Amino acid sequence: MTDVLTRRQLFERAAAGGAVLTVPGLLAACGGSSKKAASSTSSHQLAKTLRFSNWTLYMDRNNKNHTYPSLIEFEKKYGVHVRYTTDINDNASFFGKIQGPLSRGQSVDRDIVVLTDNDRYLALMIKKGWAEKLDKSAIPNIKNLIPVQQHPSFDPNREYSLPWQSGMTGIAYNDKLTDPILSIDDLLTNPKLKGKITCLNSMGDALTIVMLANGDDPTKVTDKSFNAAFNKIKQAVDSKQIRQFTGNDYAPLLAKGDLVAAMSWSGDIAQLGNKHLHWNVPKDGGAIWTDNMLIPKGGNVYTACVYMNYVYDPKVQGLMEAGDPKRNITGIYYIPPVAGAGEWAKKYDPSVANNPLIFPPKETLSKVKIFDSNALNNQKYLTAWQNLISA
Amino acid sequence: MGLLHRHRQLTPYLLLAPGLLWLGVFFVVPLGFLAYQSLQSGNFDIGYSFSWAWGNYWNAVRDYRPQFVRSLEYAGIATVLALVVSYPVAYWIAFRGGRWKNLLLLFIVAPFFVTYLIRTLAWETILSDNGFVVHTLQHLHVLGPGGRLLATSTAVVTGITYNFLPFMALPLYVSLEQIDHRLLEAAQDLYASKWKAFVRVTLPLSLPGVVAGTLLTFIPAAGDFINAQLLGSPENHMIGNVIQSKFLELTDYPAAASMSFILMAAILVAVAVYARAVGTEQLTGTAV
Repeated sequence: MTDVLTRRQLFERAAAGGAVLTVPGLLAACGGSSKKAASSTSSHQLAKTLRFSNWTLYMDRNNKNHTYPSLIEFEKKYGVHVRYTTDINDNASFFGKIQGPLSRGQSVDRDIVVLTDNDRYLALMIKKGWAEKLDKSAIPNIKNLIPVQQHPSFDPNREYSLPWQSGMTGIAYNDKLTDPILSIDDLLTNPKLKGKITCLNSMGDALTIVMLANGDDPTKVTDKSFNAAFNKIKQAVDSKQIRQFTGNDYAPLLAKGDLVAAMSWSGDIAQLGNKHLHWNVPKDGGAIWTDNMLIPKGGNVYTACVYMNYVYDPKVQGLMEAGDPKRNITGIYYIPPVAGAGEWAKKYDPSVANNPLIFPPKETLSKVKIFDSNALNNQKYLTAWQNLISA
Repeated sequence: MGLLHRHRQLTPYLLLAPGLLWLGVFFVVPLGFLAYQSLQSGNFDIGYSFSWAWGNYWNAVRDYRPQFVRSLEYAGIATVLALVVSYPVAYWIAFRGGRWKNLLLLFIVAPFFVTYLIRTLAWETILSDNGFVVHTLQHLHVLGPGGRLLATSTAVVTGITYNFLPFMALPLYVSLEQIDHRLLEAAQDLYASKWKAFVRVTLPLSLPGVVAGTLLTFIPAAGDFINAQLLGSPENHMIGNVIQSKFLELTDYPAAASMSFILMAAILVAVAVYARAVGTEQLTGTAV
């Protein structure tokens, strides 16, 4: 096993926990009133504690004393204690955990949570009114938000959410076992890869790159383009080309050689650092997804916004992204949404700043698309997809 | 006198109270809630409401019959395998373990100090396409040149067998350990061969352990989904995988709830048939 676990990875394995988590959820639903949500405070006064839930391995960290340098810096600067919990392992189960209290108007005891835009739960939180409005007067650094992230369909004016980090979905292959795999058609039909590839179990990721290969537009999904992409994947399942559907548990299998190639997230391959594993945007285009910070109902808006402002400072973001080898600090190694972070990252660790998976060049970014958020909420599509991957 | 009499009648109930309370709060109440939920209709966006939606049950059976059948199949095969593997081991420890008994039992239990997930992931390495096991089987022509074990039903059943083995081995050991050795001596005195003594004396006396072990293995195995998720391909997914995806991914709580009930009913029927076949008295037999 690799000791580099990416944030999604843990969950696919801990899927068991998901089912368990819902049991207390059911109980809670039966009765037992917990404390009511504190009505949101819009006063400009910092809370004593910032309660921040994030994915695992998604923060700069000091490998010597196992602390998070950027959080310590924030605590010093603002006198706010940060209660940082890495209890998000996948969108579905985390949503399952907080939706009970939120639907009953109870506090979830968190000021910031991080959800992904290529799953349906982020949009659902906003639509259901379970997210607090940002106090933009406390976030002057919002000006550093890169343009491509400024008007997402689920939150057109960024009133509720701000990006944390992004990543790309494409193809990874092991060069010891195959020639370069550069297109989805090659991945899904090359007989040499039969039973040696995996497909991502996240519908948005998988369908985006298959639709692009079909010449369809994944940002505006129609029944026709859905069916075409769905059937292409189904054929690959029926012909036993696809061996499994995975979260990022494909990564160790790829490194071991059980898999020759896989649909893959850029950050996983960047973190693995195995020289035989290569990641590329498929020739017809790839997917990009973004994890977004949200303030769940009842969270302290001002304190959360002061923190968001802090991480949107390019200097802070640069350190978070690249780490600092001299001080034994590891970075996040995903794609930052903050303009100017690259220049600061260069000062800390030039190798990270020059890594195209972390600071992708323009031509790469022009080839990656965001999946249609309406399609993510289409129950018909979702059911068909779930039936395919758990046939 | 009357008061004492009343108290005496109350005593068993008082003794039962903690257990009943536990069962009530953590089993009956959630089960009632689950039953209520299984008959709701609607969707997550507009909300679910109770409407005697029996259709949920019908749809579940119609759409997911293969997964139900597969779950019972895998659990059944795994239970038989666990029995075949555990019985000789438990027998040997009980009869030949001597002063090492406790240590040997510890060996059976030791791997289970590690979490379920890690144990299952270990099988991903053991059964790896480039691993020792697959290479050996290919060498022996059991597997074809491109053959593999991971992402097949073999891997899933192997994982389940391994993960539930102690639930089989420990009850077997307890019932074997309690057998009075003088009975075996008596059988041999009466000219029974060793084999005959085993078949006529040891085996029947160990049946309560067999029954308890098979139930403890079969019931949780039928609802398992981790082994299928990590070691299987989509064609090997069990009903647990479907319930998990309905609950978490699709937030279709009524469908998930109705499937849970159907699984429960299926297990109940399977267990009832089994209990009938071996005789219920074995459950409460000499092991108690």
